[in-house]
Amino acid sequence: MTQYPAPVALELTAALCIALSGAPAYLLGTSARGSKRLDALRQTSATALNGIGSALGLAALVLYVRSGDASTLVIAPLPIGRLAFALDGLSALFLVPILIVSALGSVYGSSYWREEEHRESGCRLRLGWGIMTASMIAVVLARDAVAFLIAWEVMALAAFFLMGADEQSAEVRRASWIYLVATHAGTLCLLGFFALLGALQGSSALWLTLGAAEGGSLSTALFALGTLGFGLKAGLMPLHVWLPGAHANAPSHVSALLSGVLLKMGIYGVVRVCGLLPHPPVWWGATLIGVGALSGVLGIVLALAQHDLKRLLAYSSIENIGIIAVGVGLATLGRALGRADLVALALGGALFHVLNHALFKPLLFFVAGSVLHATGSRRVSSLGGLARSMPSTFAVFAVGAVAICGLPPLNGFASEWLLFIALSRAVGVDAGHGAVWAGLAAPALALIGALAVAGFVKIAGIAFSGEARSEAAARAHDPAAAMLAPMIALASACVLLGVVPGAAMSLLERAISTWDPSLENVASALATLAPLGWISISAALLIAFIAASAAIASGWRAQTRLASTWDCGYAHPTPRMQYVGASFSETLVSLFDWAVRARRALLERPRLFPRATRFEYDVPDVVLDRAVLPLARIAERKMWHVRALQRGPVQMYLLYMLLAVVILLMVAP
Amino acid sequence: MIDLPVIIVHFALLLGFPPLLLGVINKTKAKFAGRRGPPLLQAYYDLARLLRKQMVVSRTTTWIFRAGPVIALSSALLAGALVPFGAFDAPLRFTGDFVLFAYLLALGRFFTAAAALDTGSAFEGMGAARDVSFACLAEAALFVAFVVLVRLSGALSLTPMLHAPIAAPFHGLPTAALALVAVALFVVLLVENARVPIDDPNTHLELTMIHEVMLLDHSGPLLGVALYAASLKLFLLSALLLHLVAPFALGSPALDWLAFAAGLVAIAIGIGVVESVMARLRLRYVPSLLIASTILCVFGFVLTLA
Repeated sequence: MTQYPAPVALELTAALCIALSGAPAYLLGTSARGSKRLDALRQTSATALNGIGSALGLAALVLYVRSGDASTLVIAPLPIGRLAFALDGLSALFLVPILIVSALGSVYGSSYWREEEHRESGCRLRLGWGIMTASMIAVVLARDAVAFLIAWEVMALAAFFLMGADEQSAEVRRASWIYLVATHAGTLCLLGFFALLGALQGSSALWLTLGAAEGGSLSTALFALGTLGFGLKAGLMPLHVWLPGAHANAPSHVSALLSGVLLKMGIYGVVRVCGLLPHPPVWWGATLIGVGALSGVLGIVLALAQHDLKRLLAYSSIENIGIIAVGVGLATLGRALGRADLVALALGGALFHVLNHALFKPLLFFVAGSVLHATGSRRVSSLGGLARSMPSTFAVFAVGAVAICGLPPLNGFASEWLLFIALSRAVGVDAGHGAVWAGLAAPALALIGALAVAGFVKIAGIAFSGEARSEAAARAHDPAAAMLAPMIALASACVLLGVVPGAAMSLLERAISTWDPSLENVASALATLAPLGWISISAALLIAFIAASAAIASGWRAQTRLASTWDCGYAHPTPRMQYVGASFSETLVSLFDWAVRARRALLERPRLFPRATRFEYDVPDVVLDRAVLPLARIAERKMWHVRALQRGPVQMYLLYMLLAVVILLMVAP
Repeated sequence: MIDLPVIIVHFALLLGFPPLLLGVINKTKAKFAGRRGPPLLQAYYDLARLLRKQMVVSRTTTWIFRAGPVIALSSALLAGALVPFGAFDAPLRFTGDFVLFAYLLALGRFFTAAAALDTGSAFEGMGAARDVSFACLAEAALFVAFVVLVRLSGALSLTPMLHAPIAAPFHGLPTAALALVAVALFVVLLVENARVPIDDPNTHLELTMIHEVMLLDHSGPLLGVALYAASLKLFLLSALLLHLVAPFALGSPALDWLAFAAGLVAIAIGIGVVESVMARLRLRYVPSLLIASTILCVFGFVLTLA
């Protein structure tokens, strides 16, 4: 009957190809001396296989969008039961960032994490990269709890090994272990979630909509476990504790994959959980909107307060995840109230933002990696002047920064605009429903956008503009073509989706109607609910205006005289007199001090006659450093006697298991 | 739906009128101080002179320094196409255009601040930091105001949102909510345009400057463009506010345009009066003023729930 291979089969083949992409290099061996040609072969073989796999995967997506073939592939007679995989609208949408970021990151990594410099970790990194990508593909394709959990765990472990690539550094090891603990706390919740789900629907099949009668009071537990488990992976506040450290300390292309794609797996889970009930309770949506707005505002304020370039980007990921969560929450609210327009607009905006964030955040992490590569520093305030020494990097950074602030005419604006329309429509709901309050998330979103402008102006202004504050920054240079090309590709995609947001429509509409099958017609009306054509027109007009005025302004070049910065008559300003990051963000950070609690300390005691002194300014993570770690320390002190249970001999553990089984058999009816 | 004469007058006013507002404000202030003051058209003379001048640019700067005024002007021009002037419709109007309006102003702010930092001057860094910081709170207030207008009008586009008070002048719609929003929008207007009590546009060498300090290193035509873009922003936010304080249509196009121009001049006089009778706030109290105006808007929102 079908002339073509089923898209899901093709997609799994692609996953296999990517999973094995690091293997040939591994088989080539890791000779310590290594010839140059062999090194090149190791790098190119992995990148090429990754690229082929991604191309195959994207082809499968095109096939799916054309044919709508959502057939299920079952790998049946296995000792662990059956593994089922299928491709539907939501899977397809989340596959796009996985495939694109993985392929581009692999190209970037081939030059960023050079074989000659990282002989030991290079091989492990390439293997882990392929396996993590493949397992993420499997996560979104899985239609069976066992398959899902296996893929989920492989993904989590691969991420652990990837972020710990630079294991000599204590900071890296600490961040990796915190991540490992966090991800297993999440998996624990998910085990509970899937067990409960299986018990409710009587099978381990995944992502079927539960009947109206099912669920009941258990659905509350289902939602709680699901959002905790997936929220930990997504990095929603206050579950974000692992995120900033992990993203800051991983190699930059790994940070790009973590931030652009891995977090989205958490969002994928949250979207699926919210779609389980045909009529979810109103409070599900309201909770997500609240948590999302909190993550958004506090995430970006914490980002603003950072002086580490990559930590700043990591906190900004929390902000973007928050924006996405607001959209998913509003969609759930719309579903609860039977408002199809809210569902289509809010989910459309949220999923579009998933795509967009997977374009500009990897771009910005690539930029951060190039800066780190060229200067050896991630401290915003010890850089400066990079716009002149790294002009191409600065140009792509500017695109990424404008896009992530949600400013027109780039892609971030298009998705946030959809969310604003959805939120404004919620304002029109009758006052009796809580939805009208959701409208107040619109100002929160605007606040987030304005704070993001402050955060990214800070990077542009302090790290890239002005005079170099260090030798290294003055001698910086643009990276090699293999690093620059992926950045240019991502920047072009940001411009393209900003000017023609309609290009993503078919993918979004399919995803929306997958989430809520009753919306088949409404989803295709997304274009009428939100006139995306006008966004194209205004983006084109804006670009035309800018081009015209830039053309006029370039005519003034002839009458220009160069001089030093006037600065109200400072004849010899030195680079040290420039504004630094902390001074730039202090006004805003102090406004949010009730939540952020920045640490400001004079290192030398004030004296009767002032002399040179030092000032320390640091912003610890509110949740990790002020709540989780102190609590963990207390637990460690108070619960020492529990350690008696865990002494190491295997026979003891077998005994525990036997006891547990016996007790369960006795308790079970 | 395309009404060509309206569009022509719209763009003519958008391009030609804004500098006059600066003249009106300065004239008002001069009258208060008992001075004769500069001529009403002084801002036009200044612009014409700046465009003919030579430019001195810092060696530290890159393209972003030139992009600042250029993008601020372009985004303000496009934003100008979205705002309805008086009783007339805006040339560009579509669902969600109010978001585009606010974000276009943010785009201009992004590049103005980045251009200020491009000089490497700590002084200009201070201005940029204050500008983006206060704008965060102003943005929140502006969007709560929009939410109230959406709630009152049931529309999602600036033209019907702002014309709702005309359709039902001072009855049917909770007038109190509109009044609260109008007060908040006036504060937003003062912040966005760096007027007293937030910033004093007359100072040129003071540690507490905001907008002026960002332009310290701009000169010649580039400074002209930056000042012109700033006057456009003043004009647009005044046009927005005018809908709330004077919501009426006289029926005949000529009278309506006249009323619109007169209304803008009245708002400019109002700004001049505020500037003459008030001292500037200490910088650290500016956020409180903004938070207060956001809360006023939320009160307005609560009123619409009744």
